[in-house]
Amino acid sequence: MVDQVREQAYDGGGGVERSQATAVNTAEQRSLYQKREKIYPKSVSGTFRRLKWFILGLTLSVYYLAPWIRWDRGPNLPDQAILIDIPARRFYFFFIEIWPQEVYYLTGLLIIAAISLFLVTALAGRVWCGYTCPQTVWTDLFFAVERMIEGDRGAQMRLEATSWTGSKIAKKLLKHSIWLVIAMATGGAWVFYFADAPTFLPQLFTLEAPFVAYATIGVLTGTTYLFGGHAREQVCTYMCPWPRIQAAMLDEDSLTVTYRDYRGEPRGPRRKNTPTENLGDCIDCNQCVAVCPMGIDIRDGQQLECITCALCIDACDNVMDKVGLPRGLIAYDTLANVDQSSHGGKARIRLLRPRSILYMAILLLVGAVMLVSLVSRSAVDVNILRDRNPLFVTLSDGSIRNGYTVKILNKDHDAKDFRLTVEGMNDAGLQVVGSEPEALTVKSDRLASFRVFVTLPKGGMEDDSLPFTFVVTDLSTTGDTRHDSIFRGPAR
Amino acid sequence: MAGMKETDEVTGVDTTGHEWDGIKELNNPLPRWWLWTFYVCCIWAFVYWIFMPTWPLISDHTRGYLEYSSRANLTESVAAAQERQSVFLDRIAAAELEEIRDDADLFAFAQAGGRSAFAVNCSQCHGQGAAGSVGYPNLNDDDWIWGGSLEAIQDTILYGIRSDHDDTRVSDMPAFGRDELLSREEIRDTAAYVLSLSGSSSDAEAAARGQEIYVDNCSACHQEDGTGNQDLGAPNLADSLWLYGGDEASVITSINTGRGGAMPAWNARLDPVTIKQLAVHVHSLGGGE
Repeated sequence: MVDQVREQAYDGGGGVERSQATAVNTAEQRSLYQKREKIYPKSVSGTFRRLKWFILGLTLSVYYLAPWIRWDRGPNLPDQAILIDIPARRFYFFFIEIWPQEVYYLTGLLIIAAISLFLVTALAGRVWCGYTCPQTVWTDLFFAVERMIEGDRGAQMRLEATSWTGSKIAKKLLKHSIWLVIAMATGGAWVFYFADAPTFLPQLFTLEAPFVAYATIGVLTGTTYLFGGHAREQVCTYMCPWPRIQAAMLDEDSLTVTYRDYRGEPRGPRRKNTPTENLGDCIDCNQCVAVCPMGIDIRDGQQLECITCALCIDACDNVMDKVGLPRGLIAYDTLANVDQSSHGGKARIRLLRPRSILYMAILLLVGAVMLVSLVSRSAVDVNILRDRNPLFVTLSDGSIRNGYTVKILNKDHDAKDFRLTVEGMNDAGLQVVGSEPEALTVKSDRLASFRVFVTLPKGGMEDDSLPFTFVVTDLSTTGDTRHDSIFRGPAR
Repeated sequence: MAGMKETDEVTGVDTTGHEWDGIKELNNPLPRWWLWTFYVCCIWAFVYWIFMPTWPLISDHTRGYLEYSSRANLTESVAAAQERQSVFLDRIAAAELEEIRDDADLFAFAQAGGRSAFAVNCSQCHGQGAAGSVGYPNLNDDDWIWGGSLEAIQDTILYGIRSDHDDTRVSDMPAFGRDELLSREEIRDTAAYVLSLSGSSSDAEAAARGQEIYVDNCSACHQEDGTGNQDLGAPNLADSLWLYGGDEASVITSINTGRGGAMPAWNARLDPVTIKQLAVHVHSLGGGE
């Protein structure tokens, strides 16, 4: 802290601003037993910063705008493209409509998400962490607000060191208010995925929305404000399991943000009257440390705190341009290449490796299975429950009767008529309580349950159990759904 | 034990001044997240004491500002459930049994209510699936001793069979053997004839001898063709179902000692609405007339 406050820009040679930034969040510097040292990342411009702004805009737009997209599904159905309808137990995603018993689609989706993450990590390191993770995106947004009000790194540190004046209080109040508004909007957008957004928005403001909506917004406001404004890099360093897991997907051929030490070392400032021929390209300006939102020094090598946001690449490239050295002292590179290059070998990028091929194969397989099941899924589901008590009933004429509950689920948006028949039994009598087997009507989007009695005349069974098949025919499409069952009689 | 505090050279952290056999304890502070969690829990506890029932007293406990009680919650939700059910219960009380059967909503409600009442009151004898056992009729089949219409079933439930109610269903089959109305041979012949009524194999000669005895002694109630009489509670002897067993020995026992199962009258134990639901449920099991 004291070091940071004394931070002064001074000339490191070649007109480059030199910074005394300390990497406060490196494993050696931080301790569980001490107060967190606040990180004041310096703003930077460059290719990756522009890319990050673009992804930030894109991901936030998707998050905030997706619930407002409309999708016409016909009358009496929600016209929201993405909707988790908890009271009606449906998930709508554009043309897909998922029922609770089809939750395995969600499992498949999660597998695809996980394997995609593995694949991307194997190819290009922690791209997810650096660019698209909500923690990164929202923290970046909070940083932007902070810089807009309090100024850049140096100004922020000076403000922190001054006593509480009116202007300091005003700045802090403004900053935290904007943060809270952003946080509230984050929670506010979340609830729109669970209700019809255009009708829900006015309800939220007139306090007509259900309590759970306000509770959700409250919790998400709290977490967003806490994680984006205060906890920041600690979420990644301590709370998130992924930094610990991701090392298993990385190998020496994965692209990561790398300091090319063979080029940079020994590092040292360019000063007048000092010989420079023994020095490497790193002028030790500490700009890479100053811009790092995680508070580390990339020159220490790979470390779990690094989210590979690539801002140090931008910072270093800017410096290299100024001092007239080639760019890329810090760059996306693989550990194998760094090793090769340090021996004068040839660098190459290997995208196709057993690891990446395996991940791609799993992805294709899971994707194909999901696609096939999605395309071939039927709008009708039949379930048949056999009576267990009594197993069978003997009637006064000696015939045997078995009872079944036939459940027909109609996922279509129109009422359907079905015909119920049995196959594999001669002389079987079929009786449906309250309707005719030829015309079982199931309303749209409904599950109908029918009591069915199957009767065999006396002497119709040779054994105490007889396998047969129920056939449910959809009269509108004449498609059959077959369901095997068993007819039981007295022991022989 | 407590000695001088000093600063540990390796870590740069103060010791607590405690020393055991040369081992000194470092005075590292607690992790801040732990400490804060602890403080928040303490504050939470105080708030909880104020709002919720917490401390046991000698004969009572502190009620808390909110006066929360899970028992009161239960009473409330039971009352609310009864309130919701009362709509249906009132309609069932006013409706005829046939009306209940023909109204989809009432029928579903009565079936559900009847099923649970059956499990509590009837399943002990008739079985969970109402399949009965020897001496206890199967309620799923189409063979009814006292009638299987909705009204007949309701009457049976209301007043019972051979119960202590004045309107109870009652019939009396004589114990032909025990009371020496028939001889052993006559009983055996009668049994052979009764078995032949339903096409069961029996001694043809004995059956021929038994026919006359049957007509003289049994047909008044069981009818000449053996189809029985529901008004008198006389079972059908010509079908495939036997309440007390259809083998020769069981039939001989039935003639010898007479039969007469008993069922309690439920009108004093269950309210009329429950009995209506029970009647509808039993009628819907598959054998209702």
